Amino acid sequence: MLKTFRIGGIHPPENKLSAGKAIQTLALPKQVIIPLSQHIGAPATAVVKKGDEVKVGSLIGQASGFVSANIHSSVSGKVNKIDNVLDASGYRRPAVFIDVEGDEWEEAIDRQEGFVKAFDLTSKEIVQKITDAGIVGLGGATFPTQVKLTPPPGNTAEILIINAAECEPYLTADHSLMMEKGNEIMTGISLLMKAVHVKKAVIGIENNKKDAIAHLQHLQSNYHGIEVMPLKVQYPQGGEKQLIDAVMRRQVKSGALPISVGAVVQNVGTAFAVYEAVVKNKPLFERIVTVTGKEVLNPGNFKVRIGTSIQTLIDAAGGLPENTGKVIGGGPMMGKALANTEVPVTKGSSGVLLITEKEAKRKPVMSCIRCTKCVNVCPMGLNPTLLMTTTEFTNWDLAEKNHIADCIECGSCSYTCPSNRPLLDQIRLGKGKVMGIMRARKS
Amino acid sequence: MNLYVSPSPHIHGGDSVSKNMYGVLIALVPAFLVSLYFFGVGALVVTLVSVVSCMLFEFLIQKFLMKKEPTLWDGSALLTGLLLAFNLPSNLPVWIIVIGALAAIGIGKMSFGGLGNNIFNPALVGRVFLLISFPAQMTTWPVPEVMSMNYTDVETGATILTMLKSGSGDLPTYTQMLIGERGGSLGEIGAIALLLGLIFMWVRRIISWHIPVSILGTVFLFTGILHLVNPAEFANPLVHLLSGGLLLGAIFMATDYVTSPMSKKGMLIYGVGIGILTTVIRLFGAYPEGMSFAILIMNAFTPLINTYVKPKHFGGN
Amino acid sequence: MIVIAIISLGLIGAIGAVFLYAASKKFEVYEDPRIGQVQEALPGANCGACGFPGCAGFATACVNAATMDGLFCPVGGADVMSQVSTILGKEVEMAEPMVAVVRCNGSCAVRPRQNQYDGTRSCAIASALYGGETGCSFGCHGFGDCVTVCDFDAIHINPETMLPEVDEEKCTSCGACVKACPKSIIELRKKGPKSRRIFVSCVNKDKGAPARKACGSACIGCGKCVKECAFEAITLENNLAYIDYTKCRLCRKCVAVCPTGAIHELNFPPRKEKAPEAEGTPVVEKTI
Repeated sequence: MLKTFRIGGIHPPENKLSAGKAIQTLALPKQVIIPLSQHIGAPATAVVKKGDEVKVGSLIGQASGFVSANIHSSVSGKVNKIDNVLDASGYRRPAVFIDVEGDEWEEAIDRQEGFVKAFDLTSKEIVQKITDAGIVGLGGATFPTQVKLTPPPGNTAEILIINAAECEPYLTADHSLMMEKGNEIMTGISLLMKAVHVKKAVIGIENNKKDAIAHLQHLQSNYHGIEVMPLKVQYPQGGEKQLIDAVMRRQVKSGALPISVGAVVQNVGTAFAVYEAVVKNKPLFERIVTVTGKEVLNPGNFKVRIGTSIQTLIDAAGGLPENTGKVIGGGPMMGKALANTEVPVTKGSSGVLLITEKEAKRKPVMSCIRCTKCVNVCPMGLNPTLLMTTTEFTNWDLAEKNHIADCIECGSCSYTCPSNRPLLDQIRLGKGKVMGIMRARKS
Repeated sequence: MNLYVSPSPHIHGGDSVSKNMYGVLIALVPAFLVSLYFFGVGALVVTLVSVVSCMLFEFLIQKFLMKKEPTLWDGSALLTGLLLAFNLPSNLPVWIIVIGALAAIGIGKMSFGGLGNNIFNPALVGRVFLLISFPAQMTTWPVPEVMSMNYTDVETGATILTMLKSGSGDLPTYTQMLIGERGGSLGEIGAIALLLGLIFMWVRRIISWHIPVSILGTVFLFTGILHLVNPAEFANPLVHLLSGGLLLGAIFMATDYVTSPMSKKGMLIYGVGIGILTTVIRLFGAYPEGMSFAILIMNAFTPLINTYVKPKHFGGN
Repeated sequence: MIVIAIISLGLIGAIGAVFLYAASKKFEVYEDPRIGQVQEALPGANCGACGFPGCAGFATACVNAATMDGLFCPVGGADVMSQVSTILGKEVEMAEPMVAVVRCNGSCAVRPRQNQYDGTRSCAIASALYGGETGCSFGCHGFGDCVTVCDFDAIHINPETMLPEVDEEKCTSCGACVKACPKSIIELRKKGPKSRRIFVSCVNKDKGAPARKACGSACIGCGKCVKECAFEAITLENNLAYIDYTKCRLCRKCVAVCPTGAIHELNFPPRKEKAPEAEGTPVVEKTI
C-alpha cells in the first residue's frame, strides 16, 4: 500500500503528454528580459547599467535583504536598458534587457559536461554558494532556498524531504530531470543534507513516474542516507504540508513552518540547481520548462535560459495552436493564466500549458447544493463552500475561525464543484483579507 | 486573438448538478419498476402527476414569482416529484397529488429561495403536508396486485407497520418483503430494488456510506435490543428494517445533499438521530411510521450540527 | 370551578406583573433621551461613512463628545448636522460637501482589450490576479465592486464605456466606493460651486509612451497642465498629474492644454468658440 496524505485530495487526468521526452536545449534568443523580482520577497537591486557588457552568469541583480535572491545574466552581451516590463501578472515591473552577443561564460563556471561527485565543503560554505547562485524553490513557489536552509533558532531538522511528486497534471520537467540527471540530483541532495545537518533524506515521487523511481532507486545505494519513496498518485501531493504528511505521517500545525515537525522540504529541481551551484559554480540562469497541451504539435521538455520569451518556447514546441484559449504559466491546477505570450521565462516557470478555447472557458455558475464534495476533497480539511460564503458576506471573523488562512490554494474545491462555483476565487480573496487582519493584530 | 485569463484552477472535473440529480434518478428506476409491477397503472399515474406538477410549479414560480431564468432541466424538480410520488399511496386522487406538489415545491423549496437554500427536504414537506391534511386518503394503502389496471378503486389493506401497531394480521414473508410484495407507499416496497439503487449511488460516488449506514444501523440496534428484552411486544429488527419507508428514507430522502450535514461526523450524528427518532415514533408514538417526521426533525438540526461539527482540520487536534 | 380558575389565573398574573416590574426597575439601563432624538434626525442609512458603527453609534458619540470636532454625517450633510446642533446645543463645524469622482476615462473605445477575463466578476478578485483586460494596469476593471457597495444607488456602470458613473444627486460621499475600489480610482473631491469640478481623470503612473499606447486618454505626464496652472494647484508625480481641489480656482485652462483629454471638467457652461482675447493664450479645443 503506497503512502499518500490523509485528508482530501483529487485525481485529475494526468495528461503527462511530454513524459519520457528527452530534454532539448533551446537555441539562444536575440534578446532576453530578466525581471529583477523572480522570487518571493524583496526584488533584487540592479547592479548593471545601460551599455554594460555582461557574460553568462554575471551578477546583474543583488539580493536586497534576507528574503531575496541574486539575479544573474543568462546570456552574454550588452545591457540594452533597464526598464519596466509587463510581467506574467500584467503589471509593469523592473527588468534588465540584454542584447545577446555570442555565448561567453564567466570563467569561474565549470563547463565540463561530466559528472563530478567529490566535494569537501562545510555547511556554511554550501549555504553561501547557494545564496550567491541566487537559487530559489524551483517547484513554483520561488522561495529563496538559503532562507529555508537556515532554520529559525531553536529548531533542528531531522529529515530532508525532496519534493519530486510533480502532482500537477501535464508537467514533466522534474520527471525528465530525474531521468537524465539522477547522479547530479543525488549529489545535490547530499549537499542539502549537509547544509541542514540531517542524516536522512526521502525523495517523494508519485507512482506514475515508475521509470524515474527505478532509476533513482538504482542509484540510491551509492549515496548514504537517501531513500526513494514512491507515493500514491494524489493531487496536491506536492503541497509542502501534504508531502510531509505523506512521508512522515506528521501534520504541520496551522500557521507553523515545516521545521516545527523536523522537516525541510526542497524541490528536486532545486537539488539539481544546488549541485550545479556548489560543484560547478554555476548560478541559476537556466531551467527545464515543460511546454505542453493537447493540441501542441511537439510537447516537450526544454532547457531554456531565464529571460527568454514564452513565445519562443511555444514556437519551439510547434507554435501556438489556432484554437488556444488560455496560456498558463505552470500547471492547470495552480498555474497562472498569462495575458500575453511575450512575458519572459523566470526561475519559477515550471511549464507552459496551452489549453483549448473549449476547455478554457468556465461554465455557468449555479447555486450551491451543499453536496459537500468540496469538503471531501479539501486537503486541509476546510469547508470551502462556507469559506466562500463568509467572503461574499465579508464576515472575516467567521472566516478566520474556520481557518481560511490555512488554505493552500490548490484548487481541488473549484475543480470538483458540480455547480461550477468559483470557490477558490473567493476564498483566495478572503484569505488575503483575513491574513491582513491577523498581521495587523499581531503588530 | 484574445486569450482568456482567470484565476486557477484552469481545469474542471466535469461533475455537474444534473449529473448528480440524474444519477439519483437512475438509482430510483429499479424501485419504480417494482412498484409498477405490484401497483400497476396507479403507480404510473401518481408518479406522472407528481413529476409533471412539481416541474410545472417550479417553472411557474421561478418565471413569474422569482422572475429569474427557470432552471427546469437541472433535474432537481424532477427528482423532488419522483420522491414525492414514492412517498404516496398509489391510489391517491390526482388533485391531492397536485396539492402535495405545490406544498413540496412552493413551501418546501421555493419559499426558501430555491435549490440549495431549503432547510427541509421538499418531497417530505409535501408528503407530511398531505399526511396531516388528508390523513384518511394518505393511510389507506392498496394491497399489491400484479399489473393492476385499477387506479383509485383498488383493494386496500394494512401495511406491515399498521399490523405491528394493531397486533393483528399476517405479516408477509421475508422474501415478499425483499422483492416488494407488500402494501405501502408507492416507492418503499421493494427492498432489493432500493438497495440496488444504494449500491449504484455508492459506485458513482453520489453519496457516501455515512448517512444510510448510520440510520439503518441505529434502527437495527435499537429495535434489536428491545426485541431481545421483550420479543412478544417488539418485532424482529429485520422486520423493522424492511418495513415502512425506512429503506427509501435512509437511502434517498435523508441523503438529500441540501438538507443533510456537511461533515462526516455530522452525517453520523444526523443518521443516528434519525434512527432513534424513527424507532421511538414507530414503537411508542401514535403514528405507525416515523421516518418522514424523523428526517424533517433532523433536517431542522442540520444547521446546528454544521455549526458545531466541523470537518477534520489538517494539523488540528 | 370558574371562581377557582379566575382566582388562580389572576394570582399568576399578579405575581408575574410584580416580578416584571421589579425586574424592569432593577435592570433599568439609563439612556440619554437625546441619543434617540439625534438618531431620529439622522438619515438612518447605517452606512458607516461617519466612522461609527451605524447611526446609533454616531448619535451616541455626538451626545457624549465635548465638542463636535470631527463628527460629521456626510450623508445628511449640513441640514442634518444643523438639526443635531440644535438638539445638543453644540457648535457644529460644517464640512464642505463632497462627491465621489471616478478618475479613469479609459472607455472601451480608447482602451482596447487585450485579453478576456473569465473569472468571478469582481474587481477585487481580478486585480489580485493581474493587471486587467487592457494594457493599462492602473485603470478601471469595470466589474462594479463600487456599484455593489453603494447603499444609495448612486454609482452605475455605463454599459457603453464600461466605466462607473456617479449620480451627483444621489451620492452622499460616504466613501464606500473609495474603499471598495482595489485600483484606488475613486476619490472624494469637493463638490464645488454649482457642482463644477476639474480633475485628472486618470491614475496611470506609467511613462508617457506605454501609457498612451495602452489608453488613448491616459495622463502621459507631459506636464503642460502644471505649467499652465497659475495657482500651483497641479502637481506631477510618477508621470501622473494631480489637481489639488483646495487650490484649484476652476479656470479650466489645464483642460484646454491637455493633449489626451485626461483632464475633465464637469457642469461648466459650454465654452465659447473663440478664446477670450484678454487671456492672450489661445485655448486649444479639447481633443479626445
